[in-house]
Amino acid sequence: MSQADSEFLQRDRSIHPPAFTPDYKTSVLRSPRRAMLSLQSSLSEVTGPTFGHSELGPLDNDLILNYAREGEPIGERIFVHGHVRDENGRGIPHTLVEFWQANAGGRYRHRNDRYLAPIDPNFGGCGRTITDENGFYYFRTIKPGPYPWRNFLNSWRPAHIHFSVFGTGFAQRLITQMYFEGDPLIWRDPMVLGIPDRSAAERLIAPLDLGAAVPLDMLAYKFDIVLRGRQQTLFENKLQGN
Amino acid sequence: MVQPLPTRLQETPSQTAGPYVHIGLIPHQAGFDIFETNFSNVLTGPETKGERIRIEGRVFDGAGSLVRDAFIEIWQANAAGRYNHPADRQEGKPLDATFRGWGRTGSDFETGVWFFETVKPGPVDGRKGHRPMAPHINLWIAARGINIGLQTRLYFADEAAANADDPVLNLVERGPLRDSLLATREERDGQAVYVFDIHLQGPNETVFFDV
Ligand SMILES: [Fe+3]
Repeated sequence: MSQADSEFLQRDRSIHPPAFTPDYKTSVLRSPRRAMLSLQSSLSEVTGPTFGHSELGPLDNDLILNYAREGEPIGERIFVHGHVRDENGRGIPHTLVEFWQANAGGRYRHRNDRYLAPIDPNFGGCGRTITDENGFYYFRTIKPGPYPWRNFLNSWRPAHIHFSVFGTGFAQRLITQMYFEGDPLIWRDPMVLGIPDRSAAERLIAPLDLGAAVPLDMLAYKFDIVLRGRQQTLFENKLQGN
Repeated sequence: MVQPLPTRLQETPSQTAGPYVHIGLIPHQAGFDIFETNFSNVLTGPETKGERIRIEGRVFDGAGSLVRDAFIEIWQANAAGRYNHPADRQEGKPLDATFRGWGRTGSDFETGVWFFETVKPGPVDGRKGHRPMAPHINLWIAARGINIGLQTRLYFADEAAANADDPVLNLVERGPLRDSLLATREERDGQAVYVFDIHLQGPNETVFFDV
């Protein structure tokens, strides 16, 4: 056993939204009510799928160009970047990061989205990348707009980008959302407010990162992601996992 | 005072995948084509070793209604019981280069049915000092209304002997709870189909794991 395949630290569920968050109404009937069964990590949890660069296209991390047809999409051009680490602070190299979002008007290119804002003919709204050898990722996109949704009558989602991340073991699988610094809708959002710990929710808010902006071209936001860490394990009398 | 411990980072909180999860992870189902390579629900290639099976099911909510916008991923060992991952160093179980062991799909927007084309996994070693794990497939379910992805395992009802010794199944009370983890086998046009319905809530609620 080496550090990379030792067991996972127990997930701290107090920093995640519980299954049942009644102000997010859809959760009411979709939340399990029985206690989950806690499992120690076996091979089924410490292993997980791996992905290669050959599976991705050269524009997969460029939402400005990856669906451009007769021009570029409308909206604020932005650069999003960050570091994917585990709870032990180690960068997670070569892991798949996927992202999807509404266009600048708050409309998704999705057959079930009927919002009256128009589809942007040049914007798909999804992309993906693989972290580099130190766990860093980046992509270009258009800043998504807020959009109304059927929860309360006047419910509006703050502008957000959905993220999906793998890590090295299937038990690290995570889907989350990134919000934008300064958005007044964030602290009115039942999904954000479903997180019991305010400081945990704040970690979903990406700060404006002027230092990474491209002058005369685009602003930047920095969104770091932390996946579960591995335990230090005593193995053959040596402490692993440092 | 005591010496301070080094600070650990905290995991990024989960948020629901939402109703438009298909855009990001299975764009064809959202209704458009963008990537050259798409991840899919077919795990096998022509050279993959093992018994071809289809696993399929539906997801139900606490009112018994079909969840038609669920997103499901599976992760499994190959027919020899070996995971395609460097941490799996079981001896005597060959890797199958044609089999990653991972796939993803969504419930059909009309019928609510999801399915995967795969091979039946072999048994996998249990934790040190434990018995081997019966053949099983790990499932991860995300959807609108699900705040954090749900983990469960699909076991095969026709593996009664292996299941009876499985260290995880044996943590689950015998009866309906344990049965919620068993997929039943059918033959359909000569193909083996294992049916595995998932109940998010209610009297038939599936057993979910905090892994
Ligand atoms: Fe959204």
